[in-house]
Amino acid sequence: MTGEIGQVALCFALALVSVQAGAGLFGARAGAEGARAVASGAALGFFAFVALAFGALTYGFVTADFSILDVAQNSHTLKPLIYKISGVWGNHEGSMLLWIFVLSLYSALMTLAARGGARLTSAALGVQGLVGAAFVLFILFTSDPFKRVDPMPLEGAGLNPLLQDPGLAMHPPMLYLGYVGLSASFAYAAAALITGDAERQWARAARPFMLAAWIALTLGITLGSWWAYYVLGWGGFWFWDPVENAALMPWLVATALLHSSLATERTGAFRLWSLLLAIAGFSLSLIGTFLVRSGVLASVHAFANDPERGAVILIMLGAAIGGALALFAWRAPKLEGGAEFEPASRETMLLLNNLLLCFAVTVVLFGTLYPLALRALTGEMISVGAPYFAMLFAPAFVALLVLVPFGPRLSWRNGNLPDAWRGLLPALGAAGVAGIAVLAIARPVSLAAAGAFSLAFWVIGASAIDFWRKRQARMLNGQSLASVLAHAGLGITLLGITGATLWRSEAVDVLSPGQTLSVADYSLRFDGVEPAQGPNYQASRAIIEIRKSDRLLGVVTPEKRIYPAEGQEVSNTSIRTNGFSDLYVALGDERGGGRWSVRAFVNPLAPFIWLGGAVMALGGFVRLWRGVAVRVVRLAPAE
Amino acid sequence: MKHRSALIGLIALLAAGSALAATGPEKLSDPRLEARATALQRQFRCLVCKGESLDESNAQLADDLRRLIRTRVAAGQSDTQITDYLVSRYGKVILMKPPLEAGTYALWFGPLVVLAIGGIVIVLVIRRSRVGAA
Repeated sequence: MTGEIGQVALCFALALVSVQAGAGLFGARAGAEGARAVASGAALGFFAFVALAFGALTYGFVTADFSILDVAQNSHTLKPLIYKISGVWGNHEGSMLLWIFVLSLYSALMTLAARGGARLTSAALGVQGLVGAAFVLFILFTSDPFKRVDPMPLEGAGLNPLLQDPGLAMHPPMLYLGYVGLSASFAYAAAALITGDAERQWARAARPFMLAAWIALTLGITLGSWWAYYVLGWGGFWFWDPVENAALMPWLVATALLHSSLATERTGAFRLWSLLLAIAGFSLSLIGTFLVRSGVLASVHAFANDPERGAVILIMLGAAIGGALALFAWRAPKLEGGAEFEPASRETMLLLNNLLLCFAVTVVLFGTLYPLALRALTGEMISVGAPYFAMLFAPAFVALLVLVPFGPRLSWRNGNLPDAWRGLLPALGAAGVAGIAVLAIARPVSLAAAGAFSLAFWVIGASAIDFWRKRQARMLNGQSLASVLAHAGLGITLLGITGATLWRSEAVDVLSPGQTLSVADYSLRFDGVEPAQGPNYQASRAIIEIRKSDRLLGVVTPEKRIYPAEGQEVSNTSIRTNGFSDLYVALGDERGGGRWSVRAFVNPLAPFIWLGGAVMALGGFVRLWRGVAVRVVRLAPAE
Repeated sequence: MKHRSALIGLIALLAAGSALAATGPEKLSDPRLEARATALQRQFRCLVCKGESLDESNAQLADDLRRLIRTRVAAGQSDTQITDYLVSRYGKVILMKPPLEAGTYALWFGPLVVLAIGGIVIVLVIRRSRVGAA
């Protein structure tokens, strides 16, 4: 039954989302109130039926209903409940259903919020509806999650053990809330072009959705990086893997859009540019979906793929990007006029922010797609790895961080640069002290580390000054607090990256029981390996006693797990952290005679990498929360 | 199909490579040589992994190549000789940093061209937007 309910619900959802698209676009015309009401109702119905389909698939996974092919291929009775649930999106079909579910959620929220006027909302729902209809068709025809299997297998094939992890259970929904959330900004931008009313309203209307998407992307990327750190077993946290890049690109564009639309909302400045960024953000989400889902990349994210699906996604991608750009080319020239501002102004800083972020996106885009393009065109295979990105991406971010403190200190239209400088002197002092302290204290001596610390303290110091200054002036609102937190988060992440890459100590050795391994000022005594039994895996668990300058700190137990259902091996690292530094221990291979290869890393400041991500997301959340709260307070007396 | 057969060929090549390389030291006793080997293994990609270098992979191939690098470092080969050997055996795809050559000019300089154009546009926008400029 479950499968049929899901299937029928998806068909109803297709009908409703088609109505949403048609009525929404028709409702963009003046005086078409009836169509708008129909579009709103259809959007809510679309959400309800997709939720029902998603619920049905989840129910199928939780109850281990192996008559559904997708469940049989990706679940197992012995899996813990949390991984039965996360198994829903741990495969191609289910993750596409999650994609649609998030899209319908945003549609419903756009309907309920009804921001930016009836015509704009209606047109935006229409555009959302077109995207939704295309993806529901895609699911029904190429990726049906409710396909039956007969005879029903007695046991499922299990889920990739790498995905059986609490961090990774939450990572896809977060990332999709971000990826797909950019469709709302895209829809409002397209709606502004359709209605010809592209002054400021669309940017205001789109802001909460833009923020929600940005927060979710920030958290999704942070979770993904944290997962890679503790699962892959080598202490790395970012690999410039095409799939990571696919999430980073929309984040960079969303960050640029959040900044440029500040100006657009306020004075209508850069409105064409903001429209383009909104289109580019969702386009990159679609490119990311294509890269991950089409199978052009071999990756842990790629599950089972086939080229036909890739071709269909490519067509949808082309239609969405091409359609939006054509609309832009047709309508944009009719939007006249720009704002006036002096070279020393917040507008200029926003332009520089956008220039550097767009350059960073270009680097990531080239680095990700170039090897694919070169192979397709000439058959030559090259790799684009971390050194390429470090050479091009890092300088752009250094320049960005140098400029960040000036943005919030220069006023709109006509700022005062000498004043901004004077206000920032304490931050400059903090940066200098930090750099000198690093050179004097930290070993090995590293100019790069000193520079990075100066930069981080420059940004964090400026945020602290801003916070204090705004508080004194009783001008601390959602927006200024958001910029304080987000910029400080960037500085915190920079500290973490610096420590974990430049001051990392590592030791690798093959140990017999009783032997020790030294790393930094820790000594690790290997006391052998014992077998352990998990719910759906068998593990070899190492017992390793840790001492720091002869003081016993405790025992860590890194494991190597074998998942018999899936026939895969996964390492489970042990990380001891004091909040400032991680001791990271991973168990390698058995080398015979009770000897095992053991790896240990000390990663100073590594926790700051993800702490910074969380602080950035908190900044976004403060802005979103204040915005919503203010709106509710304003609405209440008007009743 | 062409790609698939190329892929099978590559896998066969990697398997053959593993069989050849499986013997070799995991760690060199001379810290200077070990440091050189560690620096070298960061420059090569683990061909069966996702964006990871030889330095950060659990794959058998990565382990074999780490040992191969150590064998050759211990035998007194220079970094260039080892790099040339690995490239001749596995192709340029093993280099983490793509070489600068005709096929990769666009990769290296494309983003810089975009930056330059963007910079010019921004200067023009800022000049045009000055109060009273219009």
